[in-house]
Amino acid sequence: MRQLLAYLKDYKKECVLAPLFKMLEAIFELLVPLVMAAVIDRGIAQGNISYIIKMCLVMVFLGIVGLISSVTAQYFSAKAAAGFGTKVRHALFAHIEGLSFSSLDQIGASTLITRMTSDVNQVQNGVNMVLRLFLRSPFIVLGAMVMAFTIDVSGALVFAAAIPALSLVVFGVMRVSIPLYKKVQGKLDAVTLHTRENLTGVRVIRAFHLEEQETAEFRARSGELTAMQMQVGRISGFLNPATFVLINGATAYLIYVGALKVDGGAISQGEVVALVNYMGQILVELIKFANLIVTMTKAAACANRIQSVFEIPQGEREVSLGKTEASPAKEDEMVVFSHVGLTYEHAGAESLSDISFTAKRGETIGIIGGTGSGKTSLVHLIPGFYPHTAGSIRIDGRDINSYTKEELRRKVGIVLQKSVLFAGTIRENLCWGREGATDEELKEALLTAQAWEVVEKKDGKLNERVAQGGRNFSGGQKQRLTIARALVKNPDILILDDSASALDYATDAALRRALADRKEQPTVFIVSQRASSILHADRILVLDDGELAGVGSHEELLKQCSVYREIYYSQYPEKNERKGVERHAGA
Amino acid sequence: MPERKEKQAAVLKKLLRYIGKYTPFVLLSLLFAAVSAVLSLYVPILTGRAIDCISGLNDVDFAGIFHILAQMGLVVLITATAQWFLNICNNRITYRVVRDLRVDAFEKIEILPLKYLDAHSHGELVSRVISDADQVADGLLMGFTQLFTGVITVIGTLVFMVSIQYKIALVVVCITPVSLFVAAFIARRTFSMFKLQSETRGEQTALIEEMVANQKVVQAFGREGKVLEQFDEINGRLETSSLRATFFSSLTNPCTRFVNSLVYTGVGIFGAVSAVSGGISVGQLASFLSYANQYTKPFNEISGVVTELQNALACAGRILELIEETPQPAEDPDAVCLTDAKGMVSLCHVDFSYTEGQRLIEDFNLDVKPGQRVAIVGPTGCGKTTLINLLMRFYDVCSGEIRVDGTDIRHIRRESLRSSYGMVLQETWLREGTVLENIRMGMQGADRADVIEAAKASHAHSFIKRLKDGYDTVITEEGGGLSQGQKQLLCIARVMLSLPPMLILDEATSSIDTRTEQKIQNAFAGMMQGRTSFIVAHRLSTIKEADIILVMKDGHILEQGDHKTLLAKNGFYATLYKSQFVNG
Repeated sequence: MRQLLAYLKDYKKECVLAPLFKMLEAIFELLVPLVMAAVIDRGIAQGNISYIIKMCLVMVFLGIVGLISSVTAQYFSAKAAAGFGTKVRHALFAHIEGLSFSSLDQIGASTLITRMTSDVNQVQNGVNMVLRLFLRSPFIVLGAMVMAFTIDVSGALVFAAAIPALSLVVFGVMRVSIPLYKKVQGKLDAVTLHTRENLTGVRVIRAFHLEEQETAEFRARSGELTAMQMQVGRISGFLNPATFVLINGATAYLIYVGALKVDGGAISQGEVVALVNYMGQILVELIKFANLIVTMTKAAACANRIQSVFEIPQGEREVSLGKTEASPAKEDEMVVFSHVGLTYEHAGAESLSDISFTAKRGETIGIIGGTGSGKTSLVHLIPGFYPHTAGSIRIDGRDINSYTKEELRRKVGIVLQKSVLFAGTIRENLCWGREGATDEELKEALLTAQAWEVVEKKDGKLNERVAQGGRNFSGGQKQRLTIARALVKNPDILILDDSASALDYATDAALRRALADRKEQPTVFIVSQRASSILHADRILVLDDGELAGVGSHEELLKQCSVYREIYYSQYPEKNERKGVERHAGA
Repeated sequence: MPERKEKQAAVLKKLLRYIGKYTPFVLLSLLFAAVSAVLSLYVPILTGRAIDCISGLNDVDFAGIFHILAQMGLVVLITATAQWFLNICNNRITYRVVRDLRVDAFEKIEILPLKYLDAHSHGELVSRVISDADQVADGLLMGFTQLFTGVITVIGTLVFMVSIQYKIALVVVCITPVSLFVAAFIARRTFSMFKLQSETRGEQTALIEEMVANQKVVQAFGREGKVLEQFDEINGRLETSSLRATFFSSLTNPCTRFVNSLVYTGVGIFGAVSAVSGGISVGQLASFLSYANQYTKPFNEISGVVTELQNALACAGRILELIEETPQPAEDPDAVCLTDAKGMVSLCHVDFSYTEGQRLIEDFNLDVKPGQRVAIVGPTGCGKTTLINLLMRFYDVCSGEIRVDGTDIRHIRRESLRSSYGMVLQETWLREGTVLENIRMGMQGADRADVIEAAKASHAHSFIKRLKDGYDTVITEEGGGLSQGQKQLLCIARVMLSLPPMLILDEATSSIDTRTEQKIQNAFAGMMQGRTSFIVAHRLSTIKEADIILVMKDGHILEQGDHKTLLAKNGFYATLYKSQFVNG
């Protein structure tokens, strides 16, 4: 949390002035009962009306000065808090943008989003409240007691007893009820989950005719929630009556002590009134203070969570320039893997091991294998999303470690499994590939990606709005547009990671043909579960459980690679039958 | 505006029906509120009287003080007790009304037509049941008691003040509106500032969600700098609007405190002057001063309550709208119970569309004999769900009829129709709970042995066995830890438990590895033995073995027939077949 406070350093002035002005206001507030005591003791007792009016003008003056200092304080604290929040958000966002893919996987997007939004807001609010109240509330509470001491010691002792007693009740009730509120939240979450499940699973629930059972379950969960709420309510409901009794008990005792003192001539009637007034001031401030503590604890928890994101090191690539080559690269070799292994951070075993292959300029490489066989891991090594942990990778003749992140990402265009478009226009989305690409270039990319018809059907053409998350496009349309986006980049290496899964077979085939017809031939990697998508690749890599089970053309693999055969015939059973028939016929 | 008022009144009336169930508690609550408000106002008077007993040196009426202090003790105790009971009553009313609203809303969800549920976002419906109900509780009921005690306090204070000295009371009454005016002014300014802040915040959150969730794409395209620029632009605007909103909203307290101090001073001057002439005593002045301190408070609360009440009514409107939504048509009184269906399904002249005017299925005829297999073929989004919706009677046909064993399904009890179908969809749905509980959904009251039997029959047993806690492994909401294929195996086991006479199956497309897919295929094959089955098919073998192939595209049924007939027809199916399987 301490490190986060560094973002307040540009607001040192505000952080000092805000509490200071708040304290000033409190002092003026504390003076009022004394002035009133003077009005009673001198003004009324002596019938001095001009003195009364003078004193009242003093009170108005105190009020005005109090208002001015308070408004000043509020401005400074708001400024410090808003500025602090802005700086933290900027720094956090910039930090997230520099995180490595491993870190991103580990933390997860939803956590990061919460850190960026509600956590920062809570901390900002916490800073604001602390600047405003942290000095004021205790100051008024203690100040009231100090003022009481200036009037009369034994009267002040009542304060000295009442303040701890009140604090005990206020903080005690909070201490007991806050954990219970967490339990209430837990019960509410259960009710929420049940409701959501009944919406998402409505077809299954109705298919199995579970409506009545579900309703009974919902009733039970709601009942539990209500019971828990009542229980917490009974405890927190204790706060008001208890403090009311304490404060008024203290006041009554104060009057009694006051009566004794006045009778003995130690203090005046007006001073008793002042003491009673001071008693009235402390309760409100104590409750405010208790709430402030709650806000602070929450804010501190949020601050620590934000801090933990800052503590994740940024995933800068270790660039080792001019690394000597073991063997001189051949002109036409684009991607060379030799004995490459990959172990993800915090993973026990290798996800890829001993992968070696060569992809030449302009070649198409197919990658196939079951779920979890390492296809995506393999292609993610090429743009350096994850660092390989064994062997070596050469891209366009240079060791991958001699590239900076920017160089590498410029060379490689990748279409990820999940197609993502961003809010904006189609053109803006495509220009992610290359800033300032001409319409002609965009059209060419769209044509290749079989996405031109998608754009043409839209009223706005290239300027058509894309909703957040690309909601206004279907899965297949999005996929084609993301392929086009990668093509706009005109990369040396193009990776399609299961990017045609939402396309029907005909479109998929047309896409592959169009890719082959492009003027500038990138080296293409096609990852797929469909044998049909990779059949015609120059070379096919067959992955099985992180290892290379075979490399070669379709025909070669059918002969040599059992894993490939299994996959192929599971998708083309009739070919297998036919082969069987042929074999029979031949025999 | 009057229209809105009328609507609000209608909502209020309906809400009162919910609260009406707890009338005794409402009455008690009002009683306790009145008692605690009036008595807590009486305390300053007693304090004032006690102070009057303390006139000066050797002039203290101790007997009087003790008497007054005893009264004070009693009043304080009664007030505290009333406050305590008030709280209990309010909690009881609030939480029970919320519970009732929620249960009613949930019960409605269970019987709403799917047409409604499909057309509304689930998040929105959940928020109606959960947060809107909470808002109703917080706003309406708490607002109501605050309003009530507020009004009683204001009236009580006035009465007490007038009974002491009406002139000074007049001073208080005259200055108070200033406080209200100031508070209202600030509230209005603050509202627009807050609106701007929350709009900017929303804009920023949208950007954060988009860019953080897709951070990998951002980095893959090297767009970090551009995106940060975009972020900073919004961030800068947020700083300004946030500063303004925070500052303006924080003005309320100092300003009302200032107005309060004016009231205090006014009372001081007039009170002191009239005390000099013997109009009131010092103790009465003290009572006045303490009233002056708290008089404006309920006013500020009341003005806040009004907005809260309106918000609560809006929320109540939303949840009541759901509760009052028309449910699916009631069961036909003569509806028959379908038992041991033979599995003869026929669709005669079926017309169907989701939205009026947008025709989807027109004059569709299909005859499926018991035990036949129907393969539904077509590109993604071809409308296979539509057919499932009609068969399961999630939606009713617009015209024509669907018959099972010769009976129109609208004359069959829904429950018996649906339990005659076993349904395994590709979009698997599992609930949070153990594996056992999830499979058991297929047949209530099935014991562990039955469940294991079903899991074995559907080739799910071997992977369940290897899970951390076997059949007692808890599956989280997202189905965490299970692969898509494993989830589908669980869904098959769920159906296997009762194994109904007709099946609706959905073959996996791509995301399942070959071995699991093989298991699913085997499980499907076992289930389909002798059962009428509708299969959304992707594999050629399934399609070729089907008795009837339905070719769908964009929701329409293009062709039907068996493999040979359709190939001979050389239509859409033939094209699809060639591009998909004979490959080019």
